Amino acid sequence: MHRPFTPPLMHSGREQRPGEDPAGFEYSYMAEITNIYPLTATEKLYQIQLCDSSLRRSFTFRPGQFVMLELPGIGEAPFSISSSPLRHGDIELCIRAVGNLTGFLDRVKRGTQVGISGPFGTSFPVEEMEGGDMYFVAGGLGIVPLRSPLCSILESRSRYGEVNLIYGANTPRKLLFTYQYDAWRRFDIDLQITVDEPDAGWDGHVGFITAILEKKLAGGRSLAHNAYAVVCGPPVMFRYVCDILTEAGLPMQRMFVSLERRMHCGRGKCCRCNIGSTYTCLKGPVFDYWSVMNLKEAI
Amino acid sequence: MLFKVLPKYRLQALFDALSSRRIIGPVEKARRPDGEVLYGFDAICRFEDLRLDYTTTTHSPKKFFLPHREVLATFSLSGTTWEKMVDDNAYLPVAFFGMHACDINALNKLDKVMIDSSYPNPYYAAKRRSTFIIGIDCVPQPQCFCRSMGADTVLHGFDMFLTDIGGDYFVEVQSAEAYELLKGAGTRDPSSHDHALFMKKGDMKKAGFSCQVDATDLTKILDMEFQAEVWLDWGKKCLSCGTCANVCPTCYCYGVQEYVDLDLRGALKEMHLYSCNLIDFAEVAGGHNFRPESHTRLKYRFYHKHRGFVEAFEASLCVGCGRCGTACLAGITVPEVIASVRREAQGDA
Repeated sequence: MHRPFTPPLMHSGREQRPGEDPAGFEYSYMAEITNIYPLTATEKLYQIQLCDSSLRRSFTFRPGQFVMLELPGIGEAPFSISSSPLRHGDIELCIRAVGNLTGFLDRVKRGTQVGISGPFGTSFPVEEMEGGDMYFVAGGLGIVPLRSPLCSILESRSRYGEVNLIYGANTPRKLLFTYQYDAWRRFDIDLQITVDEPDAGWDGHVGFITAILEKKLAGGRSLAHNAYAVVCGPPVMFRYVCDILTEAGLPMQRMFVSLERRMHCGRGKCCRCNIGSTYTCLKGPVFDYWSVMNLKEAI
Repeated sequence: MLFKVLPKYRLQALFDALSSRRIIGPVEKARRPDGEVLYGFDAICRFEDLRLDYTTTTHSPKKFFLPHREVLATFSLSGTTWEKMVDDNAYLPVAFFGMHACDINALNKLDKVMIDSSYPNPYYAAKRRSTFIIGIDCVPQPQCFCRSMGADTVLHGFDMFLTDIGGDYFVEVQSAEAYELLKGAGTRDPSSHDHALFMKKGDMKKAGFSCQVDATDLTKILDMEFQAEVWLDWGKKCLSCGTCANVCPTCYCYGVQEYVDLDLRGALKEMHLYSCNLIDFAEVAGGHNFRPESHTRLKYRFYHKHRGFVEAFEASLCVGCGRCGTACLAGITVPEVIASVRREAQGDA
């Protein structure tokens, strides 16, 4: 990254201020795709390492934040970081091949160099959640942004109460991170998985995640004190899940969602991610339920 | 603020003194069949081409600060690696000769989101900071509702502002550079008579507005009427063409596109201004569209201008220049939309 010219003549009293350097706004850290794991027919897990070793160590993010990934000449898009913050600039992104950029990423080999900028956006307050019972509810690709706070909590497992993860997908073949389920269960996570359409080999739950959540909360269990929920999934899922949690007494400010929107900058400029008129890239992607309820057209 | 009086015949001296800059100003662009002159901002070489008596321009001065297309970065590609180069594209210092108060207010509003926010936009900032702005007073046109939006006068964001007071211009001087320029242009200090003429001019302008919008409690009204039927009616009229955003002095939404050079040795990252009325504005990869219907997009545009921006920056993003209403192919105007939503909120009470 270099800047091949000197700034133009500036006005007296209107000097350029820090943060207005084009190279500081439109930057990309050079990063290498070190490994690619196919998770399903359409999703792959990309391990990405920042090339500069000191930058790799100083790169910090909080669970729930996202990066912008750029392939020169192809495009740039936001992706939630799926890995633990303890791993700094060795990040994992789980990406579904669905558009221009992701379709291209689907075809690249390890060793490809991509541009990473960020981290951007808000995060899940994992420190504030310490001591509480955790309810993770994920639908489909919703597991991707949840994996970072989940890893983070597993790394400090003793500081949290119960950890529940309810995860639903359309079909068993679409389940992500299947290789980690046993490990998660060993960390004392109550992991419940459900699919909408079972196949021949499936012997687990069938149905919506709301059914499992309702069963779990049956018997008048109250979430009014000391519980936190993290919810992510397709837009239709949020309201149903959040309604059940609200009914169980969980206050709005302890229920967190991660929203997905189109983004072209990640820096609060392009407006593409606006909900109502709130920038998802600045005020989100992680919102508490109160904020979401106050955003028109959010869920 | 410092005030000076500049005799009209000395205006060309001021123009010439700015010649080290690229001068942009209002010029005559075309005439309608009925004889009405259409104006636009363009580079001016000859003083005679400058039309300070212009009514309004079809396009706002936005394009000189946020171009419709702009290169954000270039890449040189080699094998699996690449190098990124960025440049703020502000090479020539610019002087704007004759910007109306609404357009200066529009830039001040853009400053809030582009400069005085997290992640300041360097491309905009460089152009804004290297531009010298001379404001000029105006006569309210039938579509102007800037007074309702509090944008009919401007307090900052320019270098000097000229008000026609007969044989002279009453000059508000806002920057040291403007003061230095005026030294050589033959100005004098204003007399109490000049002050009186200036005040009278302001009163005349105030009395000249025929278009008004009641923006009282608009943020609350918009929230109350989010589901109102009236949005559906406007949505049926709206052609989702994005013309309003194109001519708007404060619409800044954009999209980014990247291109690979034909020889595969380089690539280009370009931004192009977009419009939230265009159908794929909020469509994500995979095809889900968060605003698939025309009325949701039109409504979003009003929410961003009149509610969201107010929430974030204590002021509406609309300056009331009326360009969108004039340009709209379906004849949708901001005053009418806002009045209809207000009527909906007032109901039968």
